[in-house]
Amino acid sequence: MNTKENLYTISVYTENNIGLLNRISAIFQRRHINIESLNTSPSEIEGVSKFTIVVNMTEVNIKKIIGQVEKQVEVIKAYYHNDDETIYQESCIFKMRSNLLFDERQIQNIIKESNSRIVTVNKDFFVIEKSGKKEEIEILYKELSGFGIMQFTRSGRIAVTKEEMKISTMLETYNN
Amino acid sequence: MEMQTIKNKEIVTKVTERISGSEAIVRCLIAEDVKIIYGYPGGAIMPVYDELYKYQDKIHHVLTRHEQGATHSAQGFARISGKVGVAIATSGPGATNLITGIADAQIDSTPMVCITGQVASHLLGSDAFQETDIVGISTPVTKWNCQVTKASQIPEALAKAFYIARSGRPGPVLVDITKDAQFEEFDFSYEKCTKVRSYIPIPKTVEGSLEAAAKIINEAKKPFIVWGQGVILSEAEEQLKAVIEKAGIPAAWTILGASAIPTAHPLNVGMLGMHGNYAPNILTNECDVLIAIGMRFDDRVTGDLNKYAKQAKVIHFEIDPAEVDKNVKTDVAILGDAKASLALLLPLLNKNTHTDWHQEFKDLYAIEYKKVIKNDIHPTEGGLTMGEVLNQINIQSKGEAAIVSDVGQHQMIACRYANFNQTKSNITSGGLGTMGFGLPAAIGAKMAAPEREVVSISGDGGYQMTIQELGTIFQQKAAVKIVVLNNDFLGMVRQWQQLFFDKRYASTEMVNPNFVAIAEGYYIKAKKVTKREELAGAVAEMMASKEAYFLEVCVEKENNVFPMIPSGASVSDIRLE
Repeated sequence: MNTKENLYTISVYTENNIGLLNRISAIFQRRHINIESLNTSPSEIEGVSKFTIVVNMTEVNIKKIIGQVEKQVEVIKAYYHNDDETIYQESCIFKMRSNLLFDERQIQNIIKESNSRIVTVNKDFFVIEKSGKKEEIEILYKELSGFGIMQFTRSGRIAVTKEEMKISTMLETYNN
Repeated sequence: MEMQTIKNKEIVTKVTERISGSEAIVRCLIAEDVKIIYGYPGGAIMPVYDELYKYQDKIHHVLTRHEQGATHSAQGFARISGKVGVAIATSGPGATNLITGIADAQIDSTPMVCITGQVASHLLGSDAFQETDIVGISTPVTKWNCQVTKASQIPEALAKAFYIARSGRPGPVLVDITKDAQFEEFDFSYEKCTKVRSYIPIPKTVEGSLEAAAKIINEAKKPFIVWGQGVILSEAEEQLKAVIEKAGIPAAWTILGASAIPTAHPLNVGMLGMHGNYAPNILTNECDVLIAIGMRFDDRVTGDLNKYAKQAKVIHFEIDPAEVDKNVKTDVAILGDAKASLALLLPLLNKNTHTDWHQEFKDLYAIEYKKVIKNDIHPTEGGLTMGEVLNQINIQSKGEAAIVSDVGQHQMIACRYANFNQTKSNITSGGLGTMGFGLPAAIGAKMAAPEREVVSISGDGGYQMTIQELGTIFQQKAAVKIVVLNNDFLGMVRQWQQLFFDKRYASTEMVNPNFVAIAEGYYIKAKKVTKREELAGAVAEMMASKEAYFLEVCVEKENNVFPMIPSGASVSDIRLE
């Protein structure tokens, strides 16, 4: 088994419960594991939530972590995948001063070439949105930072797997 | 009032009654067959106490002297009976005082339900008087917890709490109930929980794994069983006995597994781990097949994992999938309940005796007896030893007593030397190592099993951490036999200071009070023994007592517990001196 650290995406299907975020993040905290990103959202199954957690660790340890996560009463199922096994995206938004749009023609090119888009423009500021891989967002950040960024936020990773997740069939057997 | 609900296409008629949330809490406990609870009242839980007053013919509330004592008593109750222990406390400090016991129950897999009062829901997050985020605080140390803010949520929350606490790998749960939910009236009905969608208490055994395990065991020349508390929790004692007897496999135990098989059983080869017996530790690194049953390869049991049973194929019987491959890589994992799995394994095993292999254990025992055990339990000179006190208790109790120990040197001696004829008889704080556990746990054990002799054995350090529970013993007339093995030191820490810190005895010497006077202050019969010739008589008098009895035995101040695996060393590097 691989003993070198790797980026893994953990998908956790859970009941929608108030304390669960705390319970799951405590598993990582207790073992001194840094969470690279964490996203919670509804899943493809009604009434089931999904945590998407990105961590950098060895495969030996991620298996143990999955065991600890699945052990929680309100966790239905947890999976881990490497980057080759998932399609993943992050998104980000930049708030910039509006005059740049007219004074700095280059910005238009950057927006076009980076496949980002302008969400809104008013007389003081405009907002750029971009979805993509973390590296693409980092490049865009670098390119825009020279013009002065008023605000910047990047979301956690969201991901789907190339292979089917067996969660739906599993849930059906539970419910029957 | 009657309500009709359609469930599984059948019409189920539920009888409901309009009662308060606090009365519902008590009614839920009655429905779960709870007869004794341990706790301490306070502002945010007062409505529940008011109901306990009305229902005192159905539920006996034991007023402990500290909330920590309530949790340990509930643990002692659970450990001796196999039932869920219940502890109850108010919000704020009442709730935080439960935490040590909850953490102890979590790491030692003890079924316990804790109920805490909470400030009214409109005050949550306002830093109200005695408000604390007990759900947040208890999250990492509970199997499950939740907060209830409406009376109507109480029956479901408590039903779930009891189900989760006792099923699968047991553990502590906490239900925090706001004061307004306790006052609120609602239509009460109670249905026991039998299933939680996202929770699989007993995992399915992987197909073929039992056959694979049986093949490995049948081909083994030197098979060795190491068992833990899982055997006791799943009540698999008879199945384990049948397996070791049929296949002729020597078997050793972790301290939480102690008493599952009688001490005198010829295939019981003793205690594992840091202060365990010589043979099972040495031979862990000689066996060709290691069969772990309901144990989790704790570091105090394994020593250095890189030098632990590397030569052996490992078979792990385990109910908690997260434990498989956590510390020791297994060749075959048998997921599931130990009792069911062992029953299925038995017919697959060949009869065997492994006489030569068993002789190796006997030979090493002879060495340990000569170098350690003889001097521990039959000393001829020097001060009294802890081992000879245990020996006297064995003689007087004929191995029928439940031994409740605290944490430290006396605990290791108690686990090493206590004779057990019955299961569920060794009650101690294993994983967390909670000093102060013993005395309150003994109260819970005695109340759960009044017909049994319960002997609490503590050191002078741990005893003083929960000494106030003498008040509970007095008030409840709990006939607990209390033994304090007094060496005027925090003995285990002193031992480490001697061995690893050049005898710098930093803050381990205790200037102790008059323990007999303290016990007598609580109207408990008490005696102090300082001489060898007084010991047998004093133990006999204690065991003959129909009521609680306190016995202080002043033992040699600087004795060490051996054998010992130094921290971080391999099990086969166990030292006899």
